Amino acid sequence: MLSTYTWPRYATRRAPELGARETRRVPLVIVGAGPVGLAAAIDAALRGLPVVVLDDDNTVSVGSRGVCYAKRTLEIFDRLGVGQRVVDKGVTWNVGRTFHGEREVFSFNLLPEAGHQRPGMVNLQQYHLEQYLVERAQQLEAIDLRWQHKLTQVTPGSDGVTLQIDTADGPYTLHADWLVAADGARSTVRRQMGLDVEGKVFQDRFLIADIVLDGEPFPLERTERRFWFAPRFHPGESALMHRQADDVWRLDFQLGWDADPEAEKDPERVRARVRAALDQQGFEHIGFELEWVSVYTFQCRRMERFRHGRVLFVGDSAHQVSPFGARGANSGVQDTDNLIWKLKLVIDGCAPASLLDSYSVERIAAADENLLNSTRSTDFMTPKSRAARVLRDAVLSLADEVPAGRALVNSGRLSVPTWLVDSALNTPDVDHFDGWMVPGAPMDDAPVRGPQGDGWLLRCLADSGNRFALLHFGRADEPTRRTAAELGLDLVALIDAAEPAPDALHDVKGLAARRYDARHGTCYLIRPDQHVAARWRRFDGAALRTALGRATGLAP
Amino acid sequence: MPLNTQPNFAEPGVRQRWAYTPGDAFYESLVAAHRGLTDSQSELLNARLIVLLGNHIGDLAVLREAMALARAGVVAHEVDSTIDPTL
Repeated sequence: MLSTYTWPRYATRRAPELGARETRRVPLVIVGAGPVGLAAAIDAALRGLPVVVLDDDNTVSVGSRGVCYAKRTLEIFDRLGVGQRVVDKGVTWNVGRTFHGEREVFSFNLLPEAGHQRPGMVNLQQYHLEQYLVERAQQLEAIDLRWQHKLTQVTPGSDGVTLQIDTADGPYTLHADWLVAADGARSTVRRQMGLDVEGKVFQDRFLIADIVLDGEPFPLERTERRFWFAPRFHPGESALMHRQADDVWRLDFQLGWDADPEAEKDPERVRARVRAALDQQGFEHIGFELEWVSVYTFQCRRMERFRHGRVLFVGDSAHQVSPFGARGANSGVQDTDNLIWKLKLVIDGCAPASLLDSYSVERIAAADENLLNSTRSTDFMTPKSRAARVLRDAVLSLADEVPAGRALVNSGRLSVPTWLVDSALNTPDVDHFDGWMVPGAPMDDAPVRGPQGDGWLLRCLADSGNRFALLHFGRADEPTRRTAAELGLDLVALIDAAEPAPDALHDVKGLAARRYDARHGTCYLIRPDQHVAARWRRFDGAALRTALGRATGLAP
Repeated sequence: MPLNTQPNFAEPGVRQRWAYTPGDAFYESLVAAHRGLTDSQSELLNARLIVLLGNHIGDLAVLREAMALARAGVVAHEVDSTIDPTL
């Protein structure tokens, strides 16, 4: 097994604090070097925050875990500097097909709309992603990545957190002004602080078989996700087939709560299941090797708050969802995207610590949306009573007859970013706008053309510094430019495609104007995490100043 | 007016970003309505619901069209029914 990937072993280093008489203070410690902790560390370093990362292991995740990375997460990875590697190595797919028995009942296209740089979803084994993030982190001097440094004790105080850490060379103490807990579902930090995470365990078991195929079921460029309710090869239960990098495929079989996890992992038994699944799709001629097998259960739960004084919980340590919908790693990365710019402002003394409460409020809204959708998917896929199963099967039987039936088939509602419409950081509209780019919305991408050639709106905003930005439709006049500079905003002026201006950035297909319902003079205040904070039909310096204060927690 | 077979769930005054959200909410509510009931109670609940909704719709032509569509599918799918009677 595990023929397609060789695990890197990262060297551990002796901690300089070992044997020191005084406890060293550092501004920021991140616990956990998984995808979420590494994304947080890279984001912090890119904003100029020195960070210590602790991990009790010395390699990337073993076995295949997360698989699907959503458009929004890819856009964040672009800002962190790993997006292209993930897209190049991963498998891009947009089409998902759903079957009931052998009948196709439903198919969806994640990205029916053109004019976005990134696809709806890219599949990639988690270990590749983690390796890319580690290699990116190693390029950044501000990151002190400490492998096999195991956190054993957490003592929160009013001005930070004291950490006891075990290493092969002995234990040491570190004082962190701020601590980010990215240490997973069984978070040491959470348990050390005696904090609960509330929710429910789903009474069901699932088998994962990652396999290497020696043939092509369908061409790479037409990769599909296939999902079955009650296929002939797996009667009465659901199954899923997904492509990953390097000809590795993920098969996921629902087993039911009574299944014996050990017996189900028996390679012969797994091979028989896989063979049947391939054969029924007409792939009798394709052989396979098992790459990874595991049986899992899952929970849907979250902490009551994600901020506890100087400690901030991100990713699985704060919330856990069912895997249906790929809302785990994706939401964890989006947590850090929401948190780190706020932390930077607070550490620099540019915003009150209470700004970090908005991290908790905004990401709880996201976690609740993820929990709601993944629970609804789970309840559709694995009915818990006869009445629920009859209803589910009624929907499936209607699905290939009427659009109304199809719309109710739920084989996973895939990860999408959260519209933070209720956030206190937003400035409510005073002008009328249509479309979806309301205050709190995650920005839509659009193609642009500038002096450097063709590009993308989201990248242009990121390249100008990951700060707050003023997106101005049409040329900005002198007072606008001056106010933006005074407020420390990056000014991105987007000119109509027809206007001749070789030195400017053009809305080359008019899609930005359409998506942002923009006219000449419309301007948007954009947060560093590329959510809309405020917007106006015409630039107003005083309103902009107030909105920026509000978005940074300075004003009510 | 003929039977509407297009997706039609909505919450008045609520603008949903994703088309699937109101339908999923309906489904969730319906499953929740059955929670804790025995099988025969569930059957009764379904029947009561049909009577209430049928009265709300009122238009007999629409109701007869829905009944015919529902029945045709049941007869067609009987052979590959996945309903496990022991559940």
